[in-house]
Amino acid sequence: MALMTALLTFEDVHLSFAGVKAVDGVSFQVGQAELLAIIGPNGAGKTSIFNVLSGVYRPQSGRVTFLGEDLLLKRPHEIAAMGLARTFQNVELFHNLTVLDNLMLGRHHHFGYGAFAAVLWYGRARRAELAARAKVEDIIDFLELEAWRRHPVRLLPYGIQKRVELGRALAMEPRLLLLDEPVAGMNLEETEDMARFVLDIRDELGIPVVLVEHDMGLVMDLADRVLVLDFGRPVALGSPAEVQQDPKVIEAYLGGTA
Amino acid sequence: MTETTRSAAAPAAPDIPTGRSHRVRGRPLLYTSYAQDMALLDTRAKRVWTGLLVVLAFALTVLLQDRSLEVLATAYVMAIGAIGLNIVTGYAGQVSLGHAFFVAIGAYTAAALSGPVDGQRLGYGIAEIWIWLPAAGLVAAAAGVLVAPLATRLRGLYLAIVTLGLVFLGEHIFKEWQELTGGPGVGREAAVPQLFGVRLDQDGPLGTKEQLLYTLMLALLIVFAVAARNLARSRIGRAFAAVRDRDIAAEVIGVPLTRYKVLAFGISSFYAGCAGGLLYTISGYVEPGSFSLLMSVQFIAMVLIGGVATVSGSIAGALFITLLQPLTRSLPSLVPFVSGDTTQTPNVFQVETVLYGLLIVLFLIFEPRGLFGLWIRIRNYWKSWPFSY
Repeated sequence: MALMTALLTFEDVHLSFAGVKAVDGVSFQVGQAELLAIIGPNGAGKTSIFNVLSGVYRPQSGRVTFLGEDLLLKRPHEIAAMGLARTFQNVELFHNLTVLDNLMLGRHHHFGYGAFAAVLWYGRARRAELAARAKVEDIIDFLELEAWRRHPVRLLPYGIQKRVELGRALAMEPRLLLLDEPVAGMNLEETEDMARFVLDIRDELGIPVVLVEHDMGLVMDLADRVLVLDFGRPVALGSPAEVQQDPKVIEAYLGGTA
Repeated sequence: MTETTRSAAAPAAPDIPTGRSHRVRGRPLLYTSYAQDMALLDTRAKRVWTGLLVVLAFALTVLLQDRSLEVLATAYVMAIGAIGLNIVTGYAGQVSLGHAFFVAIGAYTAAALSGPVDGQRLGYGIAEIWIWLPAAGLVAAAAGVLVAPLATRLRGLYLAIVTLGLVFLGEHIFKEWQELTGGPGVGREAAVPQLFGVRLDQDGPLGTKEQLLYTLMLALLIVFAVAARNLARSRIGRAFAAVRDRDIAAEVIGVPLTRYKVLAFGISSFYAGCAGGLLYTISGYVEPGSFSLLMSVQFIAMVLIGGVATVSGSIAGALFITLLQPLTRSLPSLVPFVSGDTTQTPNVFQVETVLYGLLIVLFLIFEPRGLFGLWIRIRNYWKSWPFSY
């Protein structure tokens, strides 16, 4: 697939922890409005790639550029402000806050007012908060979270928490969305819902998505391209049909000799 | 009538709802704008009761004896300090045992600024409260900002121990720096509250000393409390809560951790400094020994008993703890073995310390949300009354 303008370039990245090679020479690109899936057995380095992208880990070597800027020089909150949003494998929400406040936090870097305006709650601060609320309500509407708006997230069922986390990432108005196992631990119905949301995000909102997922059926149905990893090394990169036929992939997954 | 004309002029369905709301007659709880939904007092009942409470609090000025007013004024100042501790510990989740240190900095900044120029102690003769009060807050805030980098390195118990160290450090400095503090057992005159030339710590044509100070403290408490509520519901308050609940996730969604920890300490210390400046105007005298661990524990007790991460809880906790004192102080006359003398054991001060600890333990076990939680329970009970659930 020809990528005219790559949004994100991940080039020959090496990341290791005291001899354990978590990411070992992985390269890929993400184009506009594309859904790239990253799959691989446990410990293949999928989440490590996300942590490199969001600035939590610093790789030993390699180049990562997003919107033409070098990501490796930036702090996590600066990367977030550039429009790179992510969700976590284990839900990482702010548990004592309501769904509404969690989503509003997603818009944190869109606010420009300072402490003084906040204390007075007047003029700019008030207008910004009201406008943000309107935007957040759009996301609540999009993800069908209306019923949970005022609930503290710690009281919500797991599937809804996953959806709130997706909402928080969307509230950031991202240029690229990283989803780390969005349907892990979900039942069939919740998985179907989430798949629909992910497709809507790509097609309706036009936000490119990088998806890490173990549910092969979901990955093969949704993804435009699939990157397969094993022990931190790239095994294959191509369309779902190509990857499924690749003998190296079958070997990594099924342990057989193809 | 003005309501209907206004809503007719406004577009029927604006794309982004503004502060303008279309009120429907007879449906006071129907919100038609986000502004109504996000208001501090979002129901008529809250508005009415809060209004009545404020009116009652001001009416107490003439209803109560001077002695009671003095106790309440102290409680209000302590409430300002407790709100400050709640900002850093309750909202931002950074446990601080060093609150007494920042209170002390505020107290001495205010005392030094407003003290007599040629007195025995450091003094600059600026008695106007609107100068020394913000100054006391700002100097304490600066100290808080200097201490804050510790919080970016440490968390939980480690941070608590380090901030505890501040109290002992402060105790030593304030004992030794006699030019400023007068030294232990001697002390110095506290800040002089003067508002546009009117001395508020002397009986005057406007009222007695206690009435004036009570009104001042009440007005300031309302200002500080509303400011804290606004802060809590703004981007800053939300960022504090994010840092408290899950710091890695906070950073990844765009909240710079260091900046917000520093801000939390700064704002909290500003409140502490203002409380310190005001607290001693009531007795007119500051003793360097008062800024001990006991004071920090007192503030923690207020926050935990009142309700963590609530402004109304901080006020309730401060009132509760401060109003407890007249009760414990009257113990020696009721219980023969409790002494009023500090050299004897058991004395009232020891009883107080034990009581604070006991109350903290009991509240943490039975109602971790504190007095605020009790209030919520009572409210929910009456909401569903006469049904059980």
